[in-house]
Amino acid sequence: MSFISWGRYPITKNIEFKFENDESLKSIISEQDALIARGNGRSYGDSALSQNIINAKPHDYFISFNEELGVLHVQSGVLLCDILNSLVPRGWFLKVTPGTKLITIGGAIASDVHGKNHHVAGSFSKSVESFRLMLPNSNIVECSQLENTDLFKATCGGMGLTGVILDAKIQLKRINSQYIDQTTIKTKNLKETFDTFEKYKSSEYSVAWIDCLAKGNEIGRSLVMVGEFRNDGKLGYKSKNKITIPFNFPTLSLNKWTVKAFNWLYYGKVKCSLSRQRVGIDSFFYPLDAIGDWNRIYGKKGFTQYQFILPMAASYDGLLEILETISKSGKGSFLAVLKLYGKANNNYLSFPMEGYSLALDFKIEKGLFNLLDELDQIVVKYKGRIYLAKDVRVSKEVFEKGYPDIDKFRELRKTYRMNEKFNSLQSKRVGI
Amino acid sequence: MSYVLIIGAKSDIAKAVARKYAENGYNLYLAARNSRELDEFANDVTVRSQKTVKLIDLDILDFDSHQTFYNQLEEKPLGVISAIGYLGEQENAQTNFNEAKQIIDTNYTGIVSVFNIIANDFEKRKSGFIVGISSVAGDRGRKSNYLYGSAKAAFSAYLSGLRNRLYEAQVHVLTVKPGFVATKMTADMDLPEKLTAQPDEVADDIYNAQQKGKNILYTKWLWRWVMLVIKGIPEWKFKGMSI
Repeated sequence: MSFISWGRYPITKNIEFKFENDESLKSIISEQDALIARGNGRSYGDSALSQNIINAKPHDYFISFNEELGVLHVQSGVLLCDILNSLVPRGWFLKVTPGTKLITIGGAIASDVHGKNHHVAGSFSKSVESFRLMLPNSNIVECSQLENTDLFKATCGGMGLTGVILDAKIQLKRINSQYIDQTTIKTKNLKETFDTFEKYKSSEYSVAWIDCLAKGNEIGRSLVMVGEFRNDGKLGYKSKNKITIPFNFPTLSLNKWTVKAFNWLYYGKVKCSLSRQRVGIDSFFYPLDAIGDWNRIYGKKGFTQYQFILPMAASYDGLLEILETISKSGKGSFLAVLKLYGKANNNYLSFPMEGYSLALDFKIEKGLFNLLDELDQIVVKYKGRIYLAKDVRVSKEVFEKGYPDIDKFRELRKTYRMNEKFNSLQSKRVGI
Repeated sequence: MSYVLIIGAKSDIAKAVARKYAENGYNLYLAARNSRELDEFANDVTVRSQKTVKLIDLDILDFDSHQTFYNQLEEKPLGVISAIGYLGEQENAQTNFNEAKQIIDTNYTGIVSVFNIIANDFEKRKSGFIVGISSVAGDRGRKSNYLYGSAKAAFSAYLSGLRNRLYEAQVHVLTVKPGFVATKMTADMDLPEKLTAQPDEVADDIYNAQQKGKNILYTKWLWRWVMLVIKGIPEWKFKGMSI
């Protein structure tokens, strides 16, 4: 068996384990080591790769939904898109959703994912009432903000390194429309982009696509998109049929010229400095899900997403320096996403902190990792951190500097002997 | 309220089909041996779709029980889907007739027994649909699984005749021929990714084909062409091949 993650790099051999119920999972955990649980394989790098993989995706039953309180109880393999299909028409939506609905609840918790509303809603764990976790000794514990809090704080954002999440109770939010009023603001440089985020701070959702090949005084020019759910009672949501990319594109089809052309067209197609649109849930939150297997456009060598966040005070200078470095390198990124985040939570390894985050896609090619090492040094200099759910190559030193609670996490892993059972290629690389 | 009856409801394809029909507004009868084992799954479908799901015991090999089985359905179903399939062990079945008989009776005789009863009812009512999940293995016998394949071939021929008979009564019959599907049945096989469908893709295809009134569905669609090639190989050549 050869599982690959979303970046299609690296390609490794693994053994797959499936479980029918708690008992069969117990015997897998007691007999094997070098285990890691896996959901839908949408983390980009090597966080869900190991010698032995527990495939939690078939573990996908809905257990109950409390329509009064909006609390949904599901097994960990349930995909976010299943929740939307079932509950958007009934007027419910996820309090926090990342940019793809093709991830499992277990994955959402383990990566403590966040979305376009992080500045007001925090990350996914904030919507988690509780979950059940199977520990290395195969005991099952219920974890929440009030019960087994150390395990809750370690598991949310803990990249599957604390055990296997079995099921979870998720708090949903009421919506009264499947449409969002979106405003797109075109900015000329980084200063304007920052000012726009500040100005729209009270908007529910905000994100920016940034032209990372812009140079000189145009550096940081962006399309900032902000949005709010409408209130028109239209809930007839049906997820769209998708087109798929059936094969890997030739490796050469993405190069700095095509990326440049794309960025120029994308930025250029928005004529006005401010425009408004009514868009659906899928196009607002999950534009890339419309193209199945879009990761194949990066060719057979795969790609990675480099996502970092910088503390507020250092964000402007740090981003400017990083954008200049990328622009100089000529290595382009189709997808460069900038966002203003709200306050950090107290989970040990959650990524978000108050400040600005930038995510960039790069195809794997010669010289890329040198460039990313260079960017790492700037991130460290400005006291930022790298997002593990996207990462495939960060060094132990750089990782540790970004996560001050790492020793607490390591300590807890030892206490529960998690380090003897659960490991990923990533956890070994960065020494978790 | 309208029910669809799914027999062989424990299979992975059946579960995906069940979710698909419930999502589209149908109530379900799920029939299988020890159907209580489907309790958690039935609850899953109900929570997802707010539809009614009833579990009914059905032993496909207990032919005498089939009339009673159908009689106990208070509200007769709008349509029936069979997802029954037993791959069996080919080598064992070559020497052990009990295994051979089990393969044939599960994949063919038993379903004929149930479908005859339902077809008669649908014909009288002049409405309904019948979906039989057969297999591409029935398109040509191969040494690796010809007992399973021959039962599926018989089932495909049965469905073709049934479609012909029920045409006048406006009862629609759909023959489904899946190729490789990633299920419990094939869990130990190393299947080629491009030719292998996930159960929910097969369910989508079945639902769409049934709604559109198609006659024969290959899923993935590529299998229509794969089988056309395999069927086209002359017998003198085919008999020496290992595919």
